[in-house]
Amino acid sequence: MLIDNVLFYVFAALVLGGGILTITRRNAVHSAVSLIVSLLGVAGLYLLQQAEFLFAVQIVLYVGGIMVLFLFVIMLVNLDQAAKERQFNRQWLVALAAVAAVALEVGFFLYRGRDAFHIAEAVPALLPPGLGNTEVVADSLFSEYLLPFEVASLLLLVAVVGSVIMAKKRI
Amino acid sequence: MNFLDNIWLIPMFPLLGAALMLVFGRKLDPQPVSDVAIAPGVEPVFEHGHDHGHSHDHGHGPHTHDHSHDHSHDHGHDAHGHGHVHAPLKFLINLICPGMVLLSFIFSAGAVWQLAQQTQRVHEVIKFTWLAGLPFHMANGNNAIFQADWGFLLDPLSSVMILVVTGIGFLIHVYSTGYMAHDNGYYRFFGYLNLFVFFMLMLVLANNYALLFVGWEGVGLCSYLLIGFYFHKKSAGDAGKKAFIVNRVGDSGFILGMLLMLSVLGTIKFTDIGPALAAGRFTVESGLGVLSVMTLLLFIGATGKSAQFPLYVWLPDAMEGPTPVSALIHAATMVTAGVYMVARSSALFQLTPATSTVVASVGAFTAILAATIALVQNDIKRVLAYSTVSQLGYMFLALGVGAYWVAVFHLFTHAFFKALLFLGSGSVIHAMSGEQDMRRMGALKDKIPITHWTMFVGSVAIAGIPGLAGFFSKDEILWQTFSSKQGSQFLYVVGLVTAGMTAFYMWRLMNLTFYGKSRVSPEVESHIHESGPAMTVPLMVLAVGSVVAGWLGVPKLWTAFGENFRLFEAWLAPVFALTAEEGEHSPSLEWMLMGTSVAIAIIGITIARYFYHHKPQIPDSMEKSPLLKPLHGLLYNKWYVDEIYDFLFVDGLCKGGGTLLGSFDRNVVDGGVNGAGWLTRFVSKLSMWWDTWIVDGAVRFGSFFVKMLSYPVCMLQTGRVQRYAFFVVVGALAFLGYFVIR
Amino acid sequence: MHPIPTVNYLVLSAALLLIGTVGVLTRRNVVIILMSIELILNAVNINLIAFSRSLPLVEGHANVGGQVFAIFVITDAVAEAAVGLGILIALFRNKETVLADEIDLLKW
Repeated sequence: MLIDNVLFYVFAALVLGGGILTITRRNAVHSAVSLIVSLLGVAGLYLLQQAEFLFAVQIVLYVGGIMVLFLFVIMLVNLDQAAKERQFNRQWLVALAAVAAVALEVGFFLYRGRDAFHIAEAVPALLPPGLGNTEVVADSLFSEYLLPFEVASLLLLVAVVGSVIMAKKRI
Repeated sequence: MNFLDNIWLIPMFPLLGAALMLVFGRKLDPQPVSDVAIAPGVEPVFEHGHDHGHSHDHGHGPHTHDHSHDHSHDHGHDAHGHGHVHAPLKFLINLICPGMVLLSFIFSAGAVWQLAQQTQRVHEVIKFTWLAGLPFHMANGNNAIFQADWGFLLDPLSSVMILVVTGIGFLIHVYSTGYMAHDNGYYRFFGYLNLFVFFMLMLVLANNYALLFVGWEGVGLCSYLLIGFYFHKKSAGDAGKKAFIVNRVGDSGFILGMLLMLSVLGTIKFTDIGPALAAGRFTVESGLGVLSVMTLLLFIGATGKSAQFPLYVWLPDAMEGPTPVSALIHAATMVTAGVYMVARSSALFQLTPATSTVVASVGAFTAILAATIALVQNDIKRVLAYSTVSQLGYMFLALGVGAYWVAVFHLFTHAFFKALLFLGSGSVIHAMSGEQDMRRMGALKDKIPITHWTMFVGSVAIAGIPGLAGFFSKDEILWQTFSSKQGSQFLYVVGLVTAGMTAFYMWRLMNLTFYGKSRVSPEVESHIHESGPAMTVPLMVLAVGSVVAGWLGVPKLWTAFGENFRLFEAWLAPVFALTAEEGEHSPSLEWMLMGTSVAIAIIGITIARYFYHHKPQIPDSMEKSPLLKPLHGLLYNKWYVDEIYDFLFVDGLCKGGGTLLGSFDRNVVDGGVNGAGWLTRFVSKLSMWWDTWIVDGAVRFGSFFVKMLSYPVCMLQTGRVQRYAFFVVVGALAFLGYFVIR
Repeated sequence: MHPIPTVNYLVLSAALLLIGTVGVLTRRNVVIILMSIELILNAVNINLIAFSRSLPLVEGHANVGGQVFAIFVITDAVAEAAVGLGILIALFRNKETVLADEIDLLKW
């Protein structure tokens, strides 16, 4: 529907704008807030793709968790001094060139294959009666993708332990 | 007993005597070796130095000091005041050493007698093979084997020699028991004498040149030992060395000749040379062929041993030794070894007229040269020494003209009268308490009668008066020189003149010594006494021999005498198979020449008597006259031959060699050492360079190489993570680019 | 109206990815770098979700494999952000700097 298209472009603008702002702001907090905006845009895009669960997870986890973490850390490390320094390193130009080249290549590929993605035309999500996206995801997660699930939990355990160790003054 | 098979014993007896002296001599005669007689206070009597050629018998130094001591000596005669060490066993030496020689004489006589019974007058006894070699190539390509045995050959020639050596050797041994009674080193003297007799007998009995050479060298050694017997005197030592070295020069020729003989004939055995010459079809050579060179080399050896020009210079100096030594070695035996050797090689010399001419010329020249020097010498022994050289010259003259048996005959007779003369002079010196200068003698005739009469006989013999030994042999030599095919009339004249000079200087000696007024110094005069029987008996025996020996070789001309009087020639005939034709046979010529030589002798005797007995002032004025003074000086100084040799060879060799060797040592030897040092340093520098630049360089290059390789890679590791991330992107770019291009 | 073609999402995803890459390569501040990494991960997530729709149906209902994958990516992002920030804290404590250029201890 029309509103979907418009929303898409709005969310897309949020994402890209936030992204560009993230990487260009001097102040780290501005950068973090821009990232939050970008993430919110991504969440919106999830919603447009009828991935409601993921929309929620994105907001809660990503924005509510990770970005808060980022902000805490920003406050922890005194970035005032860093804000006075030069922001871009010496390889910015060549890096930009390389990335531009990659962009050209990717664009080339996308252009060449633009018609191949018709198969992914928006098919209305067939949901079983009475079940929403969350249930379907959960169902899939705990049956088909149980092993990756467990591995992910292990990963999180490792991450927790690791970050605690990393951050301790004296281990 | 079979003496012939035991001829090998003949040399062994005196060898045993020498060995006994070596082992036990010291115990038998413990007289200290240091010569007591040469006390400094005694020297003034010998004021004349040695450059005028006086040799002293120090055992008989003047005993001007006490003669109040009157030791009772069993040696016979002297009242010399020597301090003697009591030596009761000394008589054993007198028994052993002369006894051994006597044994040899008996065996020799027996062997010769048995040889004479045989028709084939050759007997060879080979004891064992001494040197045996591998086959070698001769000059003409044949193969031959070098072999030298310890073999003894008795044939007429060697039989004459052994009789002479042992007989006269025995007499001299007996004489020495008296003469050397007061000398230190008594046992040593007799040991050396016996050793000498051994070597001489080896020389004459050898059946090959190599064994002959052993004897040859051995007699040279003994000559050195005996000449230098009074080794405390520098002049004696020098004389010994001179004799040995000059001998050596000749020996080199002998060795070369022997080797050439091996190469050309393939054998050095006497009995094999004849067949070898026949097999090689050697004929009489004209000019200088290989045989001539061989015989010339052998003759050079003979020149050294038999004191011919130019290697005669050692003989006069050899008078430094005791008088018996001079008698035995330098009159009767050793110096005749050269004559014997050439006679032994007669087969070779007959084929080489060129060398024979050289032999004759050298002999004649030596004869006259020595005679001229003997004319003016004042030392009694010197006169006799030069006389020996002169007579040896006669023997070589005989050999050179092909009269081999005559040379041996002269050797035979000369042994008698020269030994007699030397022993007699020893007796005179003994009587004169060591004085040897004839100018201080005179009127000794009545004081030492036996000595006088025996020396008289000897002088008559040597002068060549008919009836005595010297006449027969010398006259035969002169006749052969004149008449033989290889003779020459010029050489005859030389020989004749020499004969005249011989008579002259012998009678000069006799007159100065025995006749006329006494010029003896008073101290010496009181001591004059006749020698004891140990000395006089041999003199008398030799005197008899000097008369009788000649009658074995009566000339064919004297037909009144039967063949028994020509035994000598007949005896030696089988040895010298003469191929040369006989010379002229004109009896009247021979009588004439005989008369001439007798006349010359009588003239010489008469002039001598006139000069030295009746009018002694004539020779004095002749000596001093300005006209003849230079000539006198020349003769007195032996024609300055010794000085020339000194200048040419001694100085040249010593100094030149010294500088040469010195510079060689400095430049070559030290240079070599320094060079080795330099080389070592240089090599070490090279090694260091190599190590520093190549070895270390390789190592350093390795590290440098790795470093250079790693440098770019190191640059990649900046430590900055963003740089790494950038590379990841670049990698992705390339990866995608691959697919774009595809 | 035509629905948004999938390729739009892909383009968006690629653009976000490249923006994030530029941020990683270019900024000196480590915190910003980490944030850029989050951008990259989100770009990936967008891609995954876009393709999730085209997966074949499973047992009569839509296949949510892409979303599940996105969940795992988010999990991963969380873990990585936590650990990364922990490292940053430790680094800041030792070096007093949060600038990536100045951390070159492993330089050759």
